[in-house]
Amino acid sequence: MSEAIRKSTAETYENKEVVLDVKDLRVYYETPKGDVLAVDGIHFKLYEGETLGLVGESGCGKSTAAMGILQLITPPGRIVTGEVWLDGSNLLAMSEEELRQRRWTKLALIPQGAMNSLNPTMRISQQIRDVIETHEGKKRGDDIKQRILELFKMVGLPGRIYDMYPHELSGGMKQRVCIAMAIALDPMVIIADESTSALDVVVQRVVAQTMLRVKEALGVSMIMIGHDMGLMAQMVDRIAVMYAGHIVEIAGVEELFYKPGHPYSQLLIESVPSLTERKPLKITEGITHDPRNPPPGCIFQLRCPFVMDECRRVKPPIVEIRPHQQVACHLFKQQEDGSIIDVRDIATNP
Amino acid sequence: MGPIPRNYLMRRLGIFFLTIFLAATIIWLIPRLAPGDPITAMIDRMTRTAGYVENSDVIIEGWKERFGLNDPLPVQYVRYLGNLVTLDFGYSLAYFPTTVSQLIAQALPWTLGLLLIAVTITFLIGNFLGAILAWTRTPRLVRYLIPLAMIFTSIPSILAALFLLYIFAFLLNWFPMLGSYELGVTPGLNLEFISSVIKHGTLPALSIILVSFGYWALGMRGMMITIEGEDYMHLARAKGLKSFYILYRYMVRNAILPQITAFAITLGTLVSGQILVEYIFAYKGMGTLIYDAIVNQDFAVIQGTSFILIVMTALAVLIIDLAYPLIDPRISHGGK
Repeated sequence: MSEAIRKSTAETYENKEVVLDVKDLRVYYETPKGDVLAVDGIHFKLYEGETLGLVGESGCGKSTAAMGILQLITPPGRIVTGEVWLDGSNLLAMSEEELRQRRWTKLALIPQGAMNSLNPTMRISQQIRDVIETHEGKKRGDDIKQRILELFKMVGLPGRIYDMYPHELSGGMKQRVCIAMAIALDPMVIIADESTSALDVVVQRVVAQTMLRVKEALGVSMIMIGHDMGLMAQMVDRIAVMYAGHIVEIAGVEELFYKPGHPYSQLLIESVPSLTERKPLKITEGITHDPRNPPPGCIFQLRCPFVMDECRRVKPPIVEIRPHQQVACHLFKQQEDGSIIDVRDIATNP
Repeated sequence: MGPIPRNYLMRRLGIFFLTIFLAATIIWLIPRLAPGDPITAMIDRMTRTAGYVENSDVIIEGWKERFGLNDPLPVQYVRYLGNLVTLDFGYSLAYFPTTVSQLIAQALPWTLGLLLIAVTITFLIGNFLGAILAWTRTPRLVRYLIPLAMIFTSIPSILAALFLLYIFAFLLNWFPMLGSYELGVTPGLNLEFISSVIKHGTLPALSIILVSFGYWALGMRGMMITIEGEDYMHLARAKGLKSFYILYRYMVRNAILPQITAFAITLGTLVSGQILVEYIFAYKGMGTLIYDAIVNQDFAVIQGTSFILIVMTALAVLIIDLAYPLIDPRISHGGK
């Protein structure tokens, strides 16, 4: 598949440049009974100015993938293999100091738990100031204050919090501080790791909008991690669906929501609760495989409603079933002429 | 933060004095709840050793009269409180014409000087070692050596004292065996006296440091590891801050807070903490005074020193309460 598909994807994105290229990233957690394969070989590209959503249920490895990209995996976790290309260099192959210098200047993080992500014994301003001064050298007090107040304005924070401590702010404000911090050095890529899931829906929406606005204004590329399909639909350009450490589908947001390819994506979208009808949850929980010992073949076979013989033997390759939509599933077969057919169509109308 | 609100200060001082008052009452009450009295007990002891004491009844009566033990209890109590305010604890029974206040005034500065320095050094060394023990950047060798040094923690301070005494005073003769300063030296602000004091204080201080730094190091290490898992540490690393800056501004700064609380409590029990160390080195501080008082059943001195201990503890807690908002911005002086 690969070469042709990659090229075509790049083309369909209007020849936008790839800013982040993740290749075969594998992150395992060591346990006494063997490694947990939290992220088991994911590939994706992030294009200039794009927002990519990374969705999946809890424990599917989406946060671990983000931490792998950020090189923030701590023991017992470890990065087994992989390449993370950012701005012409592989983050996984550089020295500690080279990596440190690229952190935040090129790759920033909006953390998962904004409530506890700020140092409780440091003033807000100081926590933004330290990252600026670490990467750009000492600054004059007035200049730095001007700059931080400017950042506050961008994310809709009042100037009076400048000298405050984190415990004096609300959850939404702390999250904005984290956004202000993320854009302080004008990075190429921002990873937002479930940045809004700890907030109530109203604040969530406002913070999400702030994030989008700031992103548009700066033209930065973004990876948004989350499990809220509704929020994702509104915020991202493309979505990568993760299941048990694998990306099973990666598609434009329209394609994914209207014509989900992978059975897991379909189930995920159907699981979004509806206001008008009460329906039972189709997706079943708790019958996943042991993450230490995945079955041969497709990773989703145990929960898949369409499971076939082939799924239990052969790992499905990721193929482009439509423009802007790549799926790893045996339901989609490439014909000799290069076109893709859905196996289910053949079965129903022979 | 800002200045301490007046209301809070008044309330806090009120608690301070109430604590001391209650403790003083208990100290007064306990001996009086016990059967008998110290003078009869003293005569009994004398009778046992000497076989017979002439006119013991008269002696007992005379002493009771002298110490006011025949007055009704409330009168004794009020008189006792009045004396406390003027720091008058009466006469030492063992060193009769000397007052308890005089004995304490002689002993307290020595203990405060020795222990304050020793405990502060212990706190600093212990926390420093604990911090680098938990720091991932510390060379492996250092991380193996520190726990090795902590073997001393499991040795009682008296044994460490004897051990140091034997090696450095007896075998090597680097430090004097006992006392607080050389006999011939005149106390005062002269170089000879000061160097003599330092020489005499080194071994007692060292034995305290050796046996107790591990306590701080382990506490600090535990706190550091807890902090290591905090969300803000994650963000700090993602920010690409320099490793050493993260260590002191993010980790140590937060990990030290509970340690400071524990330190304040240690300061409170400072004076009584190292009685045996003082005794072994014949260091004439509060420890030796308390030890002698117990051996001699010198009730007045026991009562006086107990009172001082209580005041010290209450004072340490008061200071840490007032100072805590300065070191932890999340704590405020409440009172509006």
